[in-house]
Amino acid sequence: MINLLINYQKVSVQEGTTVLAAARKLKLNIPTLCNHDDLCVAGNCRVCLVEQKGARTLIASCATPVLQGMEIHTNTLKVRNARKHVVELLLSEHRADCTKCYKNQNCELQSLANDFAFGDHVFLDLVEDHKYNIDRSSPSFIKDDSKCIRCQRCVRTCSELQYVSAIAVANKGAHQKISSFHDRPMSQVVCTNCGQCVNRCPTGALVEKTYIDQVWDAIYDPDKHVVVQTAPAVRVALGEDLGYDPGERVTGKMVNALRQLGFSSVLDTDFSADLTIMEEGTELLLRLKKAMVDGDKKVSLPMFTSCSPGWIKFIEHKYPEFLPNLSTCKSPQQMFGALAKTYYAKKRNIDPSKIVSVSIMPCTAKKFEADRPEMRASGFKDVDYVLTTRELAVMIKQAGIDFRNIEEAKYDSIMGDSTGAGVIFGATGGVMEAALRTAYEIVTGREVPFRNLNITPVRGMDGVKEATIKIEGCVDAWKFLEGAELKVAIAHGLVNANKIMKLVREGKAPYHFIEIMACPGGCIGGGGQPIPTNMQIRKNRMKAIYAEDEHMVLRKSHENPEVIAIYKEFLEKPNSHKSHELLHTHYVERDNY
Amino acid sequence: MENKGLNKVDLIFEKIEPKEVLIKAFKMSSAEIIQNMLDSGLKGRGGAGFPTGLKWKYTAAEKSSEKYIVCNADEGEPGTFKDREILERVSDKVHGGMAIAGKAIGAKMGIVYLRGEYRYMLPKLMIELDSFHKMIKEIGYDFNIEYRMGSGAYICGEESALFESIEGKRGEPRNKPPYPTVSGVFDKPTSINNVETLVTAMMIIQHGAKNFTQYGTKDSRGSKVFSVSGDTPTPGIFELELGMTVQQFVNVFGDGDTKAVQVGGASGFCVPRKKFAETIIGFEGVPTGGSMKLFNSSRSMYNLLHNYLDFFTEESCGQCTPCRVGCQQLLKGVEKVKKGEAKSTYLNELMKLADSMKIAAKCGLGQSVGNAFKSIVGNFREEIIY
Amino acid sequence: MYQVGNLVKELSDKHGRMRESLMPILQEIVQKHNYLTDEAMVEVARELDISAAEVYGTASFYTFLDTQVKGKYVIRVCKTITCSMKGKSDIIQTLEDMLKIKIGETTTDKQFSLIETNCIGWCHKAPAILINEMPYTELTPEKVSTIIKDYMQK
Repeated sequence: MINLLINYQKVSVQEGTTVLAAARKLKLNIPTLCNHDDLCVAGNCRVCLVEQKGARTLIASCATPVLQGMEIHTNTLKVRNARKHVVELLLSEHRADCTKCYKNQNCELQSLANDFAFGDHVFLDLVEDHKYNIDRSSPSFIKDDSKCIRCQRCVRTCSELQYVSAIAVANKGAHQKISSFHDRPMSQVVCTNCGQCVNRCPTGALVEKTYIDQVWDAIYDPDKHVVVQTAPAVRVALGEDLGYDPGERVTGKMVNALRQLGFSSVLDTDFSADLTIMEEGTELLLRLKKAMVDGDKKVSLPMFTSCSPGWIKFIEHKYPEFLPNLSTCKSPQQMFGALAKTYYAKKRNIDPSKIVSVSIMPCTAKKFEADRPEMRASGFKDVDYVLTTRELAVMIKQAGIDFRNIEEAKYDSIMGDSTGAGVIFGATGGVMEAALRTAYEIVTGREVPFRNLNITPVRGMDGVKEATIKIEGCVDAWKFLEGAELKVAIAHGLVNANKIMKLVREGKAPYHFIEIMACPGGCIGGGGQPIPTNMQIRKNRMKAIYAEDEHMVLRKSHENPEVIAIYKEFLEKPNSHKSHELLHTHYVERDNY
Repeated sequence: MENKGLNKVDLIFEKIEPKEVLIKAFKMSSAEIIQNMLDSGLKGRGGAGFPTGLKWKYTAAEKSSEKYIVCNADEGEPGTFKDREILERVSDKVHGGMAIAGKAIGAKMGIVYLRGEYRYMLPKLMIELDSFHKMIKEIGYDFNIEYRMGSGAYICGEESALFESIEGKRGEPRNKPPYPTVSGVFDKPTSINNVETLVTAMMIIQHGAKNFTQYGTKDSRGSKVFSVSGDTPTPGIFELELGMTVQQFVNVFGDGDTKAVQVGGASGFCVPRKKFAETIIGFEGVPTGGSMKLFNSSRSMYNLLHNYLDFFTEESCGQCTPCRVGCQQLLKGVEKVKKGEAKSTYLNELMKLADSMKIAAKCGLGQSVGNAFKSIVGNFREEIIY
Repeated sequence: MYQVGNLVKELSDKHGRMRESLMPILQEIVQKHNYLTDEAMVEVARELDISAAEVYGTASFYTFLDTQVKGKYVIRVCKTITCSMKGKSDIIQTLEDMLKIKIGETTTDKQFSLIETNCIGWCHKAPAILINEMPYTELTPEKVSTIIKDYMQK
């Protein structure tokens, strides 16, 4: 243990701990900006400077490991002056149109400025000295260089967590900036639209592209029937933007709030998640059958899940030779969209051209996904507008809804029923667990052999997870699988996806089925989720997802009554011709820069 | 204060037979070589002046099968051109110094990081490096040197930025600790030394530490190579004993009308005429990596300051706030004051900012911008305003 | 614009495919072609298995690794204080007049680019310029015009 003094208080910490962490142990507040729990140390903003006795200069507490007998002072005149200068300098290169900024009141630079209460700060404004670019080319987010303070959190996120590096630091000195490849528009580079950078940007330099106004317009258009679907991960995170602690479930209140906002019908993506399991599970079993019974060598295995649009774009850019391994299933959002303007329209007797389909997602990549040209199976744009969890919170605030005190409500029907299997889609391993619950039962006629249906080996925050399920006692139709060991793997965060893909490329991945989610923790840690998101918050949301599952009466996708009904009335059976028309898709190879 | 006066010395460029010195060095133990350096009091000749013996001692103490000796030939400080001259004239002594350093710290691998502006020298240096490798082989010693080129970035002269550049990345200084002696290039223990330091080290092995200590003062031992430019009838390279005053220097190199001397380049200090007599050139006074620029009374100190600030604004790596934004603020600030668009009292705010930059910036570049700024504005305030 | 063809592959075979190979590879492309095209940077990224944005980010840090079109002869005029005191402006004026371009520009025949640069280490022989790798020092307008005429005839 290392013993040191901070502001004359003794503290003992493990070797390798930073001065910042040691100070936090003493509940001393040292401001930070470039520091983020999920990312490696940068030490470049210099906001966290402290004084070390005997040192010539101040030190960055986030980047300095503790030393035996060290004496630190966090609040000397020298420290305060330097820190004030640093924040003033950042403000001078930041286009501070705070009250008009999308991140107003949710900006770390703003709250620092607020703490210092500068008033009319002394330095000259530098914003207009540089040509800056506001890149609105991506359907998912806006990159506004005039608000960038060069903390490089986004760059570290894109490289360390996502292994994409669509953005990097370019130029030097006064011209240093965060840039895509040779300043190309973000829509034309390797970016997966995952929004993890957006989630970590301390200012308004990276924000989601918002479609709130378009949705309001639709809601208030008397000619339109506006349906809304909510993804599973939204209900365990929305509360954070409305005054709740991370991990509090607000499903019922959210449904009521959506109804109060004026949506014609409040429906659940969980329904189409259950449908995805039926389609994807069947697809997997058919691929296995082709490979094992028919001896078809061309069958693409392992099969990859296809729910995460960030992951889809990643593989399209970086591993296009494995596109045939992707399940052809659309994501739950897009299955829902295609059905909303066909099945739902028919059942509810509404002209599909009058339906506006809105989805609430924990994700910014979903905005891109909805815009893909493939996603028009209904003859219309299947999903018209995608809003993030954060945007929904904004709408609720705009409408003046007293969220804490409204009643809980239930989803509408049809396409509002769900099972626990659909709910756990929101956490890494959830799709796998849901698929196993159903596939195992189809093949053996029995429930998966895990206590209370909880397939714990596929759960948790490990970057790459593996499990093997032995299939025994098959029903007649699936006898060929008797005794087979189904090997599965799960990865979340694209850096982990890349690890698996490298193994696949080298022929060293012995798996049949691989679930990949672009974001750390899965959708609960999505780029559209409330800010901040960090490991503890992800864990809380994950716990809430599994609690939601446990509280459901139905916990297997194939038991969802509306899913049973849609196959009976409309789709016939999984992977039918109609299913393929509406619920399946194809992928395109993209450039890797 | 010791004052040795101005004495020309000829050690660095003295032609020697490096083989003999190397044989002598390789017979010594690592500890003996290091002790020689410690006894000599040699401080790094790049500008920062860290004791060479200590640097080698720390690196030698690290347990690692892979260590590096890096020669910093990224000479970019405005007004410095001595390393180019040394490499042109006595590269054998540079390579030899690296081998000795390698022996001292336990490194078999040396890397010379040569600034891109000096690429024209590379063909000749490669031939000289070949002869060096042949000689080392003849002696029966295992040591290899590689050249890596810079590509036009002043900041890569900062040791950790230089490592980043060798590793193929942007030349952005690292957080310290860990220091290079523990984790340097390729994250291995590394001793990084300036071109002139390595040559001096070799001369110390040749002539003995005692011989070296007879030159210079208590705080600044030995002699060093000065790059003299500006308003002087005799610009060029001069090896001088340390411990002279700026006045003694100006008496020899000035044009009779010297108003100020910028010692140590853009990151150094501006000494005005009234302080010539009291200022010693060396670690006890104004330290320098060798850059000595003279300005006569026809020169505008505003232009000098503006030129330096423009330089730093471009050459800052840009990663840390105090340096990236601070340099821009200082530059724009003095422009506004000069034009009368900001009050002259705004200079006081800028002086405070320069103070903060000195203690808040991540690396030596950002920390030293304040040196030139404060000494020029402090001594020539009138010229900055009017 | 030039075609990179097999150059990047050859250079990667020569310098390796590690991150540390990046600078030598980029430097050699620039030595051969004077600047880096997008195509060249994408190729390098592919060979070294790093992102193209990182290749660009690294290249753009170094002033000699140009990512904009440059002529066959890149003239870099030192603008740091001594050269600036000793007649840099006259040198630039002469160059601009001769080449009919301004600082920062490239001649339409892609023969010459004219840019300013920071200290190149020839303060005692100011003013100084670099033409590609070669330094020219103690320049006067007459001297520089002879040098450029020579280059024009190459």
